[in-house]
Amino acid sequence: MTAAAPLLSVRAVSRRFVRRLDVIEKFAARLGSSVREQVVHAVDRVSFDVADGEVVGLVGESGCGKSTLGRVIAGLHPPTEGEVLLAGERVALEPGRRPPIQMIFQDPFASLNPRMRVGDAIAEAPVAHGLVSRADAQEHVAALLRQVGLDPAYARRYPHQFSGGQRARIGIARALAVQPRFLVCDEAVAALDVSIQAQVLNLFMGLRETLGLTYLFISHDLGVVRHLADRVVIMYLGRVVEVGPIGPLYDAPNHPYTQALLAEVPRLDRRGRRYQPIRGEIPSPLDPPPGCHFHPRCPHATARCRTEAPALREVAPGRMSACHLNDA
Amino acid sequence: MSAPLLAVTDLVTEFATRDGALRAVDGASFSVAPGEVLGLVGESGSGKSVTGFSILGLIDPPGRIASGSIRFDGRELVGADDETLRALRGNRIAMIFQDPMMTLNPVLRVDTQMIETVLAHERVSRRAARDRCVDALTRVGIASAGERLEQYPHQFSGGMRQRVAIAIALLNRPALIVADEPTTALDVTVQGQILFEMQALVREAGTALIWITHDLAVIAGLADRIAVMYAGRIVEQGPVAAVLDSPLHPYTRGLLDSVPANNAPGRPLRQIPGMTPSLARLPSGCAFRSRCGQAGPDCAAPVPLAARTDGREVRCVRPLAAGAGA
Repeated sequence: MTAAAPLLSVRAVSRRFVRRLDVIEKFAARLGSSVREQVVHAVDRVSFDVADGEVVGLVGESGCGKSTLGRVIAGLHPPTEGEVLLAGERVALEPGRRPPIQMIFQDPFASLNPRMRVGDAIAEAPVAHGLVSRADAQEHVAALLRQVGLDPAYARRYPHQFSGGQRARIGIARALAVQPRFLVCDEAVAALDVSIQAQVLNLFMGLRETLGLTYLFISHDLGVVRHLADRVVIMYLGRVVEVGPIGPLYDAPNHPYTQALLAEVPRLDRRGRRYQPIRGEIPSPLDPPPGCHFHPRCPHATARCRTEAPALREVAPGRMSACHLNDA
Repeated sequence: MSAPLLAVTDLVTEFATRDGALRAVDGASFSVAPGEVLGLVGESGSGKSVTGFSILGLIDPPGRIASGSIRFDGRELVGADDETLRALRGNRIAMIFQDPMMTLNPVLRVDTQMIETVLAHERVSRRAARDRCVDALTRVGIASAGERLEQYPHQFSGGMRQRVAIAIALLNRPALIVADEPTTALDVTVQGQILFEMQALVREAGTALIWITHDLAVIAGLADRIAVMYAGRIVEQGPVAAVLDSPLHPYTRGLLDSVPANNAPGRPLRQIPGMTPSLARLPSGCAFRSRCGQAGPDCAAPVPLAARTDGREVRCVRPLAAGAGA
């Protein structure tokens, strides 16, 4: 699936958040107390590629680092280690340079200034980057609103005058305003009702076709990802555990975590089922278990899993998995 | 089926606004038998949560139950005084909210809150009450319950907090539990665990359960019967397999069609045109007719929820043929 020159290349990216000691704690540490800096490995040496025009789903449960990774890719956080390349160039936000990657957030209301008309909010970035002149901005906004299925007359309204589905569309219009090559969608449809979600997903698929966009689609919803994406990356506690094309991966997941995740998803065709849950909850990323992060919940864990972290290796053409069981 | 534990008939719950009274629930009728799980399904604003709150008498002004009847175990709850309701709530009828922090007080230890729930309804020693709390926490899958009782809610993860809220709901062995989207905010694996535990509890204790959700897939696995709400009205109800396999109402059909799993991957999803209309501007007759593909002039007249011979009910002039559709 991955072409010779991928559009986006994530190379051994790590992102750590450190809570430094305050004055009193430093003093206590010097006196021999055991207080130490707390380090969260939100993203731990993640690598994958996205081909031009491809849609890749990034799936995981809360706290697995998928949103942090999305922000690192969009250039909102610098990576602690590693690099993100877009068409061979390092992604970084620089003043005056048009960001080639745009992000769409779960709650578009939180990312819109409530006191700014949505037309102005959409026009702000393209005008600032000189994509359109102030005089042409109105027309640019009208075209964008039409593209996302909204009435251009809505440009004069304020964010609170829109429903959830319409706000999602405004968030998309604003991301498209600077003609990005790559879109990072972070739980972009998670807050929407089923019928509205279908409309917005259709919009995403239509835009992909008309604009030739490439997406990283971050979601906890395996059903949505299956529908939209070509390939999927599964994360657990900061690490990638499995990567593969949608069909084969959903049909025969390799990693025990992916297997559990897929088994756990409620489905319309599973009636009166007896749930057989996997044990435990995701451990704190402040204190992840040694070895394979999944071993305390894994039904197949061995002594090796408790000490040695498995590497992500190819298990079939185009499919990667990080599990010691594949060595047996 | 045994006699219903709860029978709701023609329930109307209104909220007074500047534009007049809005009917958040408009003529809902349904019943739940002991040990039965009823899935109450709808999108935001459909009135499913207000229906749940109405059962527990939790509608505060400007809202009020305008008419209808809620009979629980032979007793009428509409118009019952506060004391009667207070004696029932947390005792015979319990509620689980989407956000467990609506149940839990953040500044009190978990044991304080749990023991209080027991002592509010029963004269037992603190020691016996505490034992019962340990037992309830263990039943919902919380390890070392004795120690966890002495912690504060913020020391629990989201999934654990919801378990505590469920444990509190179970404390007095209620006959009916109303659960309002209790797993919506949780991760898939944690949701699976909680669904598993709820299923076991209902089966063992014969508790009746009303599970309010927007997620049809959860209902498919959990419920015996399903009631679909749209704009304050129940548009269809019946056994879960029948409704999901061959919906009678065009809205139910549209809802099922827009679920990604019911569409070929990568193809445009079949979508319901338009949006849910505002309760202040509902069309006359069938509220869904402005979005319905097969609406006709006769849909503008009031449409009753009609019972059919197969135990299903539908509110539609031209119900879809059972077994038809994709």
